[in-house]
Amino acid sequence: MMPALETVGLHKRFGALVVANDINFSLEPGARHALIGPNGAGKTTFINLISGRLPPSAGHVLLGGRDVTLLPQAARVRRGLGRTFQINTLFRGLSVLENVALAVAEREGRGGDMFRSASSRRGALEQAYALLQRLRFAEDALTRVQELPYGKQRLVEIAIALGLRPSVLLLDEPAAGVPSAESATIVEMIEQLPPDIAVLIIEHDMELVFRLARRITVLVQGRVLVEGAPAEIAADARVREVYLGERQHG
Amino acid sequence: MSPVDALIRRHRLRAIELLPWIIAVGGYFAFADYLPLGSQILIMILFALSLDLVLGYAGIVTLGHSAFFGVGAYAAGIYAARVSGEPLSGLLVGAVAAGAVGWGSGMVILRTQGLALLMLTLAVTALLAEAANKASFVTGGADGLQGVDISPIFGVFRFDLFGRTAYVYCLVVLFLAWLFARHLVHSSFGQSLIGIRENLVRMHAIGSPVRRRLLAVYTIAAALAGVAGALLAQTTQFVGLTVLGFQRSGEIVIMLVFGGVGRLYGAFVGATLYMIAQDQLAKMDPEFWYFWIGLLLVLLVMFARGGILGLLDRVVRR
Ligand SMILES: Nc1ncnc2c1ncn2[C@@H]1O[C@H](COP(=O)(O)OP(=O)(O)O)[C@@H](O)[C@H]1O
Ligand SMILES: [Mg+2]
Repeated sequence: MMPALETVGLHKRFGALVVANDINFSLEPGARHALIGPNGAGKTTFINLISGRLPPSAGHVLLGGRDVTLLPQAARVRRGLGRTFQINTLFRGLSVLENVALAVAEREGRGGDMFRSASSRRGALEQAYALLQRLRFAEDALTRVQELPYGKQRLVEIAIALGLRPSVLLLDEPAAGVPSAESATIVEMIEQLPPDIAVLIIEHDMELVFRLARRITVLVQGRVLVEGAPAEIAADARVREVYLGERQHG
Repeated sequence: MSPVDALIRRHRLRAIELLPWIIAVGGYFAFADYLPLGSQILIMILFALSLDLVLGYAGIVTLGHSAFFGVGAYAAGIYAARVSGEPLSGLLVGAVAAGAVGWGSGMVILRTQGLALLMLTLAVTALLAEAANKASFVTGGADGLQGVDISPIFGVFRFDLFGRTAYVYCLVVLFLAWLFARHLVHSSFGQSLIGIRENLVRMHAIGSPVRRRLLAVYTIAAALAGVAGALLAQTTQFVGLTVLGFQRSGEIVIMLVFGGVGRLYGAFVGATLYMIAQDQLAKMDPEFWYFWIGLLLVLLVMFARGGILGLLDRVVRR
């Protein structure tokens, strides 16, 4: 089967600092794949390289088998790539419904419609609302994002990306900053994602990782240290040393 | 009512939105001696409205919007002096010329953001002002453009000495421009501009062609500013270098900030109050006038970010 997403020899340096070092990675359709590694390992940068927010220093990114390395972000989104952000990146002054509707309108290629009347926005709003209902998030539809508690803002992060109906979804620490008692709704939302979406999730909470992921990649200083099933990763001595061990100490 | 309906309803015309037009029509009869000032106010409202599309909706911070006002004024003025005094085609000439300059300069400067963009908007205005000064064989240079002679509208309505025709003409043009701008900001395109203002990074991440959208609104706003400039040239039958100056760029931003940015009606409130206050206070002491404007601006920016309309909003919501 052709991978939904693939990177070949991906490199990124910031000056002398190498943040992505020869990353060969692939994500099957329907994958539930976790990317873990210490702070500063280059996980967010990896997502920025895939989504086109940053250009790589060398290497390639393939979506559905097609090389998208030179394509801008918008073209990658059109080919099915959706992402969320570690730090909330939302339309704070707009309602939840409008946040999601902006994504829906862009997916439908109607984001630039000038001359159809305002009610032509109805289509995008209806779809966005249906999505919020499915996510059991409809009661907050008209609340402005900046008035939502932080935990719910993290849900909007995911809802916007789902408005794109992605075939590949990159989640950058979806529960970051949310106390573990409140992260249950976020985990539920991720567990209920359509099974055919390929999901790459960056997460620090190991309990969450083992619950959500069927495969795990460990990134250390921009390099893939090891990749395998959760049980293999849990048993790997090197992983314990650089990652799990570090957490116990600090 | 479903949340979707609630959002759609926000786009319906509300009774209060007719208030500016009632005042403008009433003003025609109530202040018959002040119609030339009235025309100037209507022109500045149109100019501020065009700026609101760029600054208030798309969040492009510009101090060079007078470039388009000036190009529109010169294009319409030169057209009237050299080609034809017919006013409506003159408006079109002003709009197309300014829109073209907006598109051309936007292609270059909208690649940048923040302070760099701000400086580039200033630079475009400076370049055009200097060009207008040097090209005195067509623009009249520092003496201003002479010989602007405007024919009656539709061959029927003459521009009279009391400024009645001019006022009605400006009012009708402003009304049409407002209908257009209102439609635009409530369209999907307008919503995507708000998205760009609220979060540029996220707009890129949901696949929005951000640069194309910005260029589109920049061009549209430039054309509208060009219409405002053309109206000034036609109703005063004169074009001077000040139409392109920094001062006009700065003033129009102040007017819009006074009224309230990103709400379509800030332009109406801000430009009207500013122009009337300037007319009254400047008679007493021009320097004092700028002192008060400065003080008001500081107070508004510190305590009422949404301008006068923002303040009203807060009072009403209590
Ligand atoms: N735009 C940038 N310019 C320079 N250095 C950067 C930039 N973005 C990230 N870095 C650096 O790259 C390293 C990896 O960052 P990041 O990808 O955010 O790590 P992670 O998400 O794994 O915590 C860090 O040392 C960070 O300081
Ligand atoms: Mg990170």
